[in-house]
Formats: sequence, C-alpha cells, structure tokens
Amino acid sequence: MSPSDNYESAATTGDTKVAEFEDMRQGFVGRIQHTLHQTPSLVPLIVLVFSIALFGILLGSRFFSPFALTLILQQVQIVGVLAAAQTLIILTAGIDLSVGAIAVLCTVVMGKASFTYGIPPAISVAIGLVVGTTLGAISGWLVSRMKLPPFIVTLGMWQIVLAATYLYSQNETIRSQDIEAEASFLQFLGFKIQFGGATFTLGVIVMILLFVVLAYALRSTAWGRHVYAVGDDPEAAELSGVDVHKTYMSVYMAAGFICALAGWVMIGRFGSISPSATTGVIGNIQAITAVVIGGISLFGGRGSIAGALFGALIVGVFELGLRMAGADPQWTFMLIGLLIIGAVAVDQWIRKVSA
Amino acid sequence: MEPILKARGLVKRYGKVTALNHADFDLYPGEILAVIGDNGAGKSSMIKAVSGATIPDEGTVWLDGKEVNFRSPIEARDVGIETVYQQLAMSPALSIADNMFMGRELRKPGLMGTLFRQLDKAAMEKFARDKLNELGLATIQNINQAVESLSGGQRQGVAVARAAAFGSKVVILDEPTAALGVKESRKVLELIQDVRSRGIPIILISHNMPHVFEIADRIHVHRLGSRLCVIDPKEHSMSDAVAYMTGAAEPDRAA
Repeated sequence: MSPSDNYESAATTGDTKVAEFEDMRQGFVGRIQHTLHQTPSLVPLIVLVFSIALFGILLGSRFFSPFALTLILQQVQIVGVLAAAQTLIILTAGIDLSVGAIAVLCTVVMGKASFTYGIPPAISVAIGLVVGTTLGAISGWLVSRMKLPPFIVTLGMWQIVLAATYLYSQNETIRSQDIEAEASFLQFLGFKIQFGGATFTLGVIVMILLFVVLAYALRSTAWGRHVYAVGDDPEAAELSGVDVHKTYMSVYMAAGFICALAGWVMIGRFGSISPSATTGVIGNIQAITAVVIGGISLFGGRGSIAGALFGALIVGVFELGLRMAGADPQWTFMLIGLLIIGAVAVDQWIRKVSA
Repeated sequence: MEPILKARGLVKRYGKVTALNHADFDLYPGEILAVIGDNGAGKSSMIKAVSGATIPDEGTVWLDGKEVNFRSPIEARDVGIETVYQQLAMSPALSIADNMFMGRELRKPGLMGTLFRQLDKAAMEKFARDKLNELGLATIQNINQAVESLSGGQRQGVAVARAAAFGSKVVILDEPTAALGVKESRKVLELIQDVRSRGIPIILISHNMPHVFEIADRIHVHRLGSRLCVIDPKEHSMSDAVAYMTGAAEPDRAA
C-alpha cells in the first residue's frame, strides 16, 4: 500500500497547480466567455438593451415612451408564447415546425365549440387546450417511441394541422363583433389594463407569467434538469437514470398546451378567429428566430428560456423602431437575418469553453 | 456461498451478430470480480444485460437469489446496482452536483419541495462535495462547474464517486481506468478497494492486466460471447489469462 500513498500525495499537489494555471490562462476575453457560458441569456439581454437605447436616441420620446414600449409587448405576445413552446422542444435537441399551425387550429376549435356546438366559452377554451396538448402528445410519441426525427414529425404535423384547420372550419372566419356579443370570454386575454401611458393586455401578462413559471421549472426542478440532460445526450441521460421517454412526452405535451394557449392569446389580440391567420404559416419560423436570437443552442441542452423572450422582444423592437423611423420593412428582415447568424456564431464561440 | 448476482444462459443478438452466446455469470458478496476478454468478446453486452441497459433475448438474472427482469437502468439502480459505463453517461453541460443526482434529485423540505417541487441545491452540492472529498477528488474546485470543463480523470472520478455513493448492492465499472493517466488510475483503484471495504461487491471490466491482477479476487475470462473460465489471480499468471482470452491456450475447467 505504500506506493499508493505516495501516488495520493503526488496527485494532490500536482492537480492544484494545474487548476491555478487554467485560471490564469483565461484572461479577460476568457472571463467574458466563461460568464456567457454560465449565463447564455446575457447576450440577447445586452442586444435588447442596446437596441432599445439606439431607437430611443434616434426617435426620442416617440419610441421611448410607455405607450410604444408596451405596444412592443403586445405585438410580440403571440410569438413570445410560441417561442416558449419552441424553447422546450429545442432544449431537447428537437425543433417544432407545427407551433403556429397548432395555435391557429386551437383558435378554430375554441370558436367552433362555442359557435357551432353552443358550448360555454370557458369550456371551449379548455377543449382547445386539450386539443393542443393531444397534438403535442402525438408528436412526442412519434419522436420518443418511433424514433422519428422531430423535424420530420413536426413538418408533417404542420401540414396536417394546417389542412385540418381549413377543412374543419371550411375557411370561415368568425367575426370579432360576434365573438364579443356571444362568447366574449374567448377574447378574455385581449383585456387591457392601463396605467399612465402604458397598456398591458392580459395576454402580455400571461406571456410573462409563462416565462417565469417555465424558467423556474427548468432551473429549479428535477424535470428541468432532465430536459437539459436529455437534450445534451439522451443515451447518457437514460444510463444515468432519467426516464427519457417521460421527459420527451412531458416536453411535447407542454409545448402543445402552450401552443393552444398562444391560440387563446391570438383571439384576444385579433378579436376574430381566422383559419388563414398568418401565424399558421410563419409562426414556426418566427418562434425559431426568437429562440435562436435568444442564444438557445439548436443542438439542445444549452441556453435559458429567458433568452427566447429577449429574442422575441429584440425582433419586436426592430420591427416597431424601423417602422417608426420610416425605413423599408425589408431592413427589419435583413437585420434579423444578421442577428440570427450572429447569435449562432456567439453560441459556437461560447461552446469552445468546453473544449 | 450463494452469489449475490447470478446469470445463466444469457443470449443477446444484434441482427446477425451474436454478442452473448449463453453466457453465465456469478458475483459473490464482498468480492472484486474482474471481467476480461478480447475486444468484441461481449463483456460490455453482458454487463449491460445485468445492469438493465439492454434486455437479453434469452436467459435469467438473479439478484440475491431472486429473479430480476430489468427493463431499464433505472430499475437496476432502484435495487442498488450502480454502473459506471465506458461512455461515462454524464450530461456535459450540467454541473457535477446535477450529474451526481441525475434521476434521484433531492427536493426541498416542506411546501417548496412538495408543492413547487423545488430542488434542494444546497443539500445536493454539499453531498456531492463531501463525496468527492471523501474519495480524494478535492482538486475539483467548484462543484457547480460543468462536467465538460473537467479533465478525463476528474470526470471518471465523478462517475466512480456517483456509483460508490449510491450503489448499495453491486457496483459495476466498465473500463474505469482506460482513459486515465498513471496517478488517476491509481486513485480509481483505491476507490474500488475503498468501495469493497464497505462490503459492496464490484464488477470490474478492464484490459489492464496489472490492475486486474492487483485488485481482483477472481477473474472471469470472457471469450466469443460466453464465460470461458474463472481463474484465481494468485494461481495464474497474466500470460495465462491473456492466452485464455485470446484462445491461445485452453484452460483446465477445474479452476
């Protein structure tokens, strides 16, 4: 046993030195990289603050007012909620192309239930939420049990749900006035709360609450740790004792539920129910954009959900700011494109800290 | 003496490849059993079959004399079989404490834990730090650092510490020293003896003959998907063992 004792003492001194050396090598850039590695949502937060400041300086009080800033919140509420769903899926190294389509289908389901079947609006909303959750469960089962790639599953689901929306609604829009008169609860999340010049809708508050709840669940519960572990390496997670199937199912069902919630937010925002709402077609890309700008890694297991909210807000700030400045809307898309590439480049750089 | 973990007639096929061909296996209480064999002999497949990571096509496994049918590693873990896999089975982006408690997280006492299911991070960090210190891995500075920022040896140390901390019946180590330097290997061997001194039997899969002959009580030689023989390291030489596992010599079955 004496040689092993020698080894032990040799190992302690040797290793401490190495650790000190690593710390010194990091330097200033290294420390920034390390901080970003610990809190990846810092990048989009900085970009958000800078862009608000930039437009504030350029446009003055027209932009930098409670009214305009809360208007941004109202404009991003749908994409924000969809981005929350998208974040959960992307954290498990998946991608969900069906988020917008599910939201639109759920608006139609809620409307149909109230108007065609005469169900009380509160129950109609519940039915819509159940439909969204069920669709999420189907995608989750296909991904987890059939081992189909999430991209393929949700690409198919997107088309199926879009077509189902049109067929089921016969492409009929339910007008805002009718909803207000007969089933105003469907528009509940459009209710406005004002103080000063600021206007908050219940939808905005729901969005913020949703992010708070999910941030807590992802950070401070076992479920959240499992979502990250599964996104990092599902096989390793399984071997170290995570029920991977249960985690996938819970994530896809939660995402489906949140998409349905986005549908309810949509009715509040637009007033009417339209099966041809653009969210069904571009909602997925908008949500992915917000998530990517928010610094959440498309490879899964990395990033914080607050980033997705910041990402959605950044897009909202650029849209409103550039519109107020009278710029061609194409500039918005060009800047968003640059932001996406920049965000992924930063993500790759941050990852290098692990090498 | 009755084996604590026993398997008979294990068969596992992957398509046309037969990884396990009616393999038998015995682990007795309190011993270190080394499993050696050439590449592709089916050592890992056998270990996975008794630890729940794969489900054998045929055969039976007994733990403490009772038949068990693990359908997942979680089930094996729940009855006290801890495994350190060759690929380590850790989530690189999560912290050491998160990884040690993966799948068995501690929740805060009271309402925060039961209703809001909040994790007791402080307790988990303390436990993880204590365990690492206990096992002489004090060089890890920050228990909250991501596993990916650790060196290979440190990762291995964390994996072994996790198994040692939670394994109550059997600890299985698949090539624990393969990626390690001399000092770190020594540390892991000490860890293994430490675990045995607490009365927990260990299965050690290794290619490293000096290590195997140093610490094993018995050596299970695996060849072509089944158990060729079990030898006593005090009565056989390393070259005997290598000859058996490569097929250069036939063992006399008596051992």
